[in-house]
Amino acid sequence: MAQQIIFYVLAVIITVFSILAVTSKQIIRSATYLLFVLLGTAGLYLLLGYNYLFAVQIAVYAGGIMVLFIFAILLTNKPGENVKTELPIRRIVAGLTSLAGLAFCGHIIYWNVKKISVLTEMADITPQQLGRMMMGTDKYQYLLPFEMISILLLACIVGAIMVARKR
Amino acid sequence: MQYTILILVLPLLSFIFLGLMDSKFKPKTAGLIGTIVLGIITALSYYTAFEYFTMYKVEGVYQKVIPFEMEWLRFTDLLSIKLGILIDAISVMMLVVISTVSFMVNLYSLSYMDGEKGFQRYYAFLSLFTFSMLGLVVATNIFQMYIFWELVGVSSFLLIGFYYSKPSAVAAAKKAFIVTRFADMFFLIGILVLSFYTKTFDFGVLTGENPIVFAAGAGATFMGFSVLSWAMALIFIGGAGKSAMFPLQIWLPDAMEGPTPVSALIHAATMVVAGVFLVARLFPVYYFQTPEVLHGIAYVGAFTALFAAVIACVQTDIKRVLAFSTISQIAFMMVALGVSGYEGHEGTGYMASMFHLFTHAMFKALLFLGAGSVIHAVHSNEMKDMGGLRKYMPITNWTFLIACLAIAGIPPFSGFFSKDEILAASFEFSPLIGWLMTFIAALTAFYMFRLYYNIFWGKDYAVKAAAHGHGHDDHGHGHTPHESPFAMAFPLVFLAAVTCVAGFIPFGEFVSATGADYHIHIDMKVAITSVVVALISISVATIMYRKPSTTPDKLAASFSGLFKAASNRFYIDEVYLFITRKIVFNSISRPIAWFDRHVIDATMDGFANTTQWVSIRIKSFQSGQIQQYAYVFLFGTLLIAALILIF
Amino acid sequence: MEFLTSFFSGPVPVEAYLAVSLIMFFAGVYGFLTRKSMLMILVSIELMLNAADINFVAFNRYLYPGQFEGFYFTLFTIAIAACETAVAIAIIINIYRNLTSVEVGNLDQMKE
Repeated sequence: MAQQIIFYVLAVIITVFSILAVTSKQIIRSATYLLFVLLGTAGLYLLLGYNYLFAVQIAVYAGGIMVLFIFAILLTNKPGENVKTELPIRRIVAGLTSLAGLAFCGHIIYWNVKKISVLTEMADITPQQLGRMMMGTDKYQYLLPFEMISILLLACIVGAIMVARKR
Repeated sequence: MQYTILILVLPLLSFIFLGLMDSKFKPKTAGLIGTIVLGIITALSYYTAFEYFTMYKVEGVYQKVIPFEMEWLRFTDLLSIKLGILIDAISVMMLVVISTVSFMVNLYSLSYMDGEKGFQRYYAFLSLFTFSMLGLVVATNIFQMYIFWELVGVSSFLLIGFYYSKPSAVAAAKKAFIVTRFADMFFLIGILVLSFYTKTFDFGVLTGENPIVFAAGAGATFMGFSVLSWAMALIFIGGAGKSAMFPLQIWLPDAMEGPTPVSALIHAATMVVAGVFLVARLFPVYYFQTPEVLHGIAYVGAFTALFAAVIACVQTDIKRVLAFSTISQIAFMMVALGVSGYEGHEGTGYMASMFHLFTHAMFKALLFLGAGSVIHAVHSNEMKDMGGLRKYMPITNWTFLIACLAIAGIPPFSGFFSKDEILAASFEFSPLIGWLMTFIAALTAFYMFRLYYNIFWGKDYAVKAAAHGHGHDDHGHGHTPHESPFAMAFPLVFLAAVTCVAGFIPFGEFVSATGADYHIHIDMKVAITSVVVALISISVATIMYRKPSTTPDKLAASFSGLFKAASNRFYIDEVYLFITRKIVFNSISRPIAWFDRHVIDATMDGFANTTQWVSIRIKSFQSGQIQQYAYVFLFGTLLIAALILIF
Repeated sequence: MEFLTSFFSGPVPVEAYLAVSLIMFFAGVYGFLTRKSMLMILVSIELMLNAADINFVAFNRYLYPGQFEGFYFTLFTIAIAACETAVAIAIIINIYRNLTSVEVGNLDQMKE
């Protein structure tokens, strides 16, 4: 029962704030709403039992990326200044497109996904387990993607510095 | 005799070196390099000749030697192309001729071409030409010969078009190349047919003792003649193209647009005798397998000789007179080959042809170089701008006279001996041809002395220059003509000396159809007839041209039809133009061009235009607005998903 | 009332998670299509990425509870999102420095 209540609360939070995030007039508010959405998502991960993912979501998204966002917004916008309003026609068209896509995908999900509601019990994942999975080369072990991600991160660090530095 | 490879390699290296360095050198340096290389080659050729004629005689017969041969292209077991060096009597003789004349021309050009733009290029091309010509004569198989044959064509093209800023030179170069190339097409077909039936390219096999290779082609016939006859006739057409036989002679007079030393080298002494050499090389095949083709060669040669000699009598450009005289003399050699037998006394014609080739190369080069010397002095090719030059240019005068006497067939100059042998061979073949050739020999003597008197005698040069007034001063007519410098005079003197003594070479002991000794004996009847006829012709020329007189004009007026036709070279060029322009262009090329332009091009243009039209229409898709792209992407994705869902 | 209780009575079905992620995704699409600021477009992209993450995790948990493919996919997606954001923001700052604007409508010089 508690699980259901928590889920629906999170669902409402995510829905409302994601819509607010894309419609808000002030960009700094948008970023804040996004933060709430990300936190809500982290909550969903926790609800599903993936504690590690929850931690990563909080640390990387809410901690790292949001800081970057706010930093960038403060650099490029004067605080309090509104974002220019788009033409209403564009908003209507975009809204209709999104609703059409939503209806389409919802239709597919409603008619095609089996109604699974049984959550089988799952043992907690220990950090040791995760570490072994990430450090192996066998089946269901992910050393190669892990290393690739590390190289990608390095490239991003160098690239971001190169792109953003003053000439 | 392994060193003979150097004879080929050195000029090639010289060409590459001079060609790549081009203007890095001072003109003089480039010229000296070319000349020195040629000098070395000449020395090597002489040594080769010495060694060959002293050491490679087995039981009185000169052997064929192949000091070097390699496989170049191997297609199948049967079909492979080799490159090599074949040393036998005629190739050694050709080596000597080519390297001597080439060396003389190189030396002569040092002075003659001095100060010309592209001096280095000129020497590079000369080296290329020498390389290709030497490669042609030492070829071991007919395909190698063909390769060098084309190289010779190219270098001739380059040298004729040396003054490429002059439209007439460009046109002449193109004409020479296209006409000879046209003939070479037949040559190639002939080679292919011949080798298809004999399964070999090799000269050694084709001309060997055992003609078994011809058995396969013997039965096959095509339009009444055996395929072998066709093949040999086609090969002869290739030779006729290079050697300017009728009706393919039209390129040679125009080729005189090139620098005069080039004319001496290519269009008198070496390249134009390639056809004669080709026939001589394949002589056993012609003689034993296809005698009818050989007789055809004789008749073509005889007609060409007469035709060219008549034209030569009325030309006014001194180089053109020499060009037609060259055609006529080469035709003499062809006739000699055509009427020749094979063994012993029968082989007079073959030996005479080669002998004449040798002597003619020397004295015709001398004539051209002398003409060059004259042109250098008076800056004109036209007879009317000359006259009385003997006082100003004694060396040129004397050497030119020697050459004229030689070509007219006056003893003891070399031309007498070789021409006499040709006449003797012709008389043996048929009296008609014999008398015709004697008549042509008389004509030769006439037009050569007409040329000689017009240049060195006649009205005095100073008088003419005064009559022309100062209008010609820009062209250098104002100054007194002077004798040429040493570098130009030396080749004249050298070649004149050769011309004086070459007749006494016991040529028959070196070169004959079989390789065995052949003792030249002068047929007194023929000799006396030809000398008398020549002397009469010379006297006529002396009367007509030594002093300014009106006789030539009167004569021209009374034979005005013939005179006009001959001056226009019997309208052969016009016939060619008519055939190409009116018939080939209009009925074949134009429709093809129309088809190309309106169907093939139009289709391609249609593709291009459609692409362009569509591109312009869809250009606005590429707006740079990322959100627009996102719409497209999104709708595309939804569409594909919907399609998957439906089907 | 019964309708509401039926919501809370049984366990949460997988479609509920999918519905949440769907709304989140199309909110991101709407933002991507309407907003002019590049930063806002970036925010929309983050929303879409998150929606995808939720799908991965939900499917993993419901269908293959013993395995971890979806889990790791999400993990790596988060890392990649971080990379992408860092580079994108560097680019945006660079553009802002050159054009003093972060509006996408102005950025069409590279179309040709």
